[in-house]
Amino acid sequence: MKDAFGLPQSLLVLGGTSEIGLATARRLIARRTRTVWLAGRPSPALEEAAGQLRGLGADVHTVAFDALDPTCHEAVLGKVFAEGDIDMVLLAFGLLGDQAHDEREPEAAVRVAQTNYTGAVSAGLVCARALQSQGHGSLVVMSSVAGERARRANFIYGSSKAGLDAFAQGLGDALHGTGVHVMVVRPGFVRTRMTAGLPEAPLATTPEAVATAVELGLRRRSETVWVPGALRVVMSALRHLPRGMFRRLPI
Amino acid sequence: MSADTDSVPDVMGLDHTTVTGWGRTAPTAARLIRPQTYEEAAAAVRDCGARGGIPRGLGRAYGDAAQNAGGSVLDMTGLDRVHAIDADGGTVLCDAGVSLHRLMEVLLPLGWFVPVTPGTRYVTVGGAIGADIHGKNHHVSGSFSRHVLAFELLTADGGIRTVIPGTPLFDATAGGMGLTGVILTATIRLQPVETSLMSVDTERATDLDDLMARLAATDHRYRYSVAWIDLLARGAATGRAVLTRGDHAPLDALPARLRRDPLSFRTSRFPSAPSVLPEGLLTRTTVGLFNELWYRKAPRARSGQLQRISAFFHPLDGVPHWNRVYGRSGFVQYQFVVGYGQEDALRRIVRRISERRCPSFLAVLKRFGESDAGWLSFPVPGWTLALDIPAGLPGLGAFLDELDEEVATAGGRVYLAKDARLRPELLAAMYPRLDEFRALRAELDPQRVFTSDLSRRLGL
Repeated sequence: MKDAFGLPQSLLVLGGTSEIGLATARRLIARRTRTVWLAGRPSPALEEAAGQLRGLGADVHTVAFDALDPTCHEAVLGKVFAEGDIDMVLLAFGLLGDQAHDEREPEAAVRVAQTNYTGAVSAGLVCARALQSQGHGSLVVMSSVAGERARRANFIYGSSKAGLDAFAQGLGDALHGTGVHVMVVRPGFVRTRMTAGLPEAPLATTPEAVATAVELGLRRRSETVWVPGALRVVMSALRHLPRGMFRRLPI
Repeated sequence: MSADTDSVPDVMGLDHTTVTGWGRTAPTAARLIRPQTYEEAAAAVRDCGARGGIPRGLGRAYGDAAQNAGGSVLDMTGLDRVHAIDADGGTVLCDAGVSLHRLMEVLLPLGWFVPVTPGTRYVTVGGAIGADIHGKNHHVSGSFSRHVLAFELLTADGGIRTVIPGTPLFDATAGGMGLTGVILTATIRLQPVETSLMSVDTERATDLDDLMARLAATDHRYRYSVAWIDLLARGAATGRAVLTRGDHAPLDALPARLRRDPLSFRTSRFPSAPSVLPEGLLTRTTVGLFNELWYRKAPRARSGQLQRISAFFHPLDGVPHWNRVYGRSGFVQYQFVVGYGQEDALRRIVRRISERRCPSFLAVLKRFGESDAGWLSFPVPGWTLALDIPAGLPGLGAFLDELDEEVATAGGRVYLAKDARLRPELLAAMYPRLDEFRALRAELDPQRVFTSDLSRRLGL
C-alpha cells in the first residue's frame, strides 16, 4: 500500500533497464519500496539492474516483457499482479530512434511509434485494469516535452510521445475516482544512454532529478509533472508561438 | 458517513467509492455497504469478495484503518440504535454504529456520561473499541475497553459471538482495528455526573520541563488532564504549554440560574469548512501566530471555570470538516507514547520537532495511566504526544521515520488509529503481542475476510 506521502511498497517498472526507471526505483527503495518487478526483454543488462537494486535491500524479480508484442502483455503483466498488489507502475520504456535515418527507413520509424505509443497503450490499459480491480495504485507514465509540440528535429519520436501523453491524460480522467492515480511526467532533455552524443538542450536534467520529481508528484498526487519545473512555462510559451516563427527557432 | 468518501458513477463497470481517513491522505476505492440490520451485516461479510471487508464508523481514524482498496467497506453507522439503558446501575447496551455524540444526548439528561471520550464526539462505539481509544482521563480511567462489559462480534465464519473481558478474543478485538470481526452491539459501563458542565483549571507552563513537572506533580488530583503544547516555540520557551485539567462540575458548583437545568447537553456549531481550500494555509507563520495567541490568551492560572462538555473535550467538533483546512494533500497525525523513565527521549523528540519548525497547532501532551489488556491497544504508562502536520511538508516522511526510531529505541510505540506511514519493520518492536494477534487472526479468519489498507500496509 502507498503511505500518506504516496510512497509505494511495491513497484513495477516497465522498461526494466531504463535509466530513469532505475533511478526512480533506487529512490523509492530508499523510502518504502520493498518489492520491485523489472519488466523488459531478457538481457544481461536487465539482470544486472536487478542485482544492483537487490544490493539496496529490495526483493527484485525480473519478468520478460516486450513492448512490441502487445498480444503477450495481458498474460505477462497479469502474472505479476497475481503475485500481489502493485502500488505503482512506472511506464518507462521508450525508443528515441534516429530522426534522419528513420525518415529514410519508415519501418524503423514505425518501430519507434509502436514501442512508444501502441506498446504503451496496450501495457497501460492492462495495468490500468489491474490497478482498478485492486482499488489503488499509481500509474506513472514517462512522456516527454517532445510530445508537447512536434519539432523538425525529432518529430517521429515527438509524435509518438504526443500520442502517449494524450492517451495517459485520457486514461487518468477515465480512472478518476477509482482509487487509481495516473501521473504524466514530461522531462526535458535527460542525460542518459539514449541521448548520449546528442547536442544538449537547455534545461537539461538527469535521471535522478526525474526520480526526485516523481517522488514529489506522488506525494502531491499530481497529474502532470515537468522536469525541471521551469519547462512548464517554457513549453507553454513555445506551444503558442506562430508556426512560422517556431519553424525558424534553432531547436 | 463522513464526507471523506467520494462517490463516482460507474467507471469501467465497477461501482466503487473512494475512501480516505480523517487525514485525507492515500485515497483508495472500495465497495461501500451500509447494513441496516445484523442480517445485512452478516450478508455483507459473507459476500465481501476476494479482497475482504473492513468495518468503518464515522471515519475519524486519521490514516488507512477503515479503508479497504478493491474490497468492501462496511459503513456501520446504519446500525445506530440504543437498545437499553440501566439508569440505576449505569450501563448502556447499544449498536456499534451509535456515536458518542448520540450517547451523550441520551445519557446526560439521566445523569450519566460516557466513560471515555477522545477529542471528538463523532466516533462510533464500534470504532472506540476497535481503536481502544483513550481520553483525557486515561491516567484515572484507562482506555475505552476497560469499561466494556461485553460486545457481540460478527466473525469471518458468519457467526455472532458474545465476547466478554478476560478472553483472548476480547483482547485481540480491543485495539484490533476491526480485523477480528464486526462489532454489532456493546454493553458499556457509564460515568455518573451531577451536571453537564466541567469545572476546569487552566495554567501555563513556560517550557517542557516545567510542563512535565506540573503534570507529574498534580495530575492525580484531576479526573481529566491534557496539555496543549506549542511545538513552534524555540530556545528557552521550547515546549511551553497550556494545561487544562478538570472534572465534572458538582451541582453545588453551579450558579443558581444553571442549577435549574444542570444536565442539558449543549453544543455550538459553526459553519462547515469549505470543501475546497487552497494549499498552504497552515504555514510556520500562520501557525506560529496562532500558537502565540493561543498561549498568550490562556490565563497564567485560573481555577474552577465552568465549561461545556463540548468546549472542554471537543473544541474542534464545532467546525465540521475542519480537516479540510490542510488542503488537498491532507495531513498526518503523529502520536507516540514513551514509558515513564524515558523522559529524555521525549525531550529529544520535542526539541527535534521544534527545531524542525513543523507547523503544528493541535499538539497535545498527556500522561497515561495503567494499560489495558488489548494486544494492540496503544496506551502504556508513560508520556504521549500527539501532533498534526500537513502531509505536504517537504521531507516529512523521512523525519517521522527518524522519530519512529527514537520512539522504538525508547521502548515506545505509535498509535495505529492515527498511523498512515509507519515502516512495517518497526511494528513488532512497538507491539510485542503482535504475534499473538496474528496467530489468533490466522485461526479465526484464515481466508483474511477482514482486511484493511492498514493491515496490508503493515502486515498486521
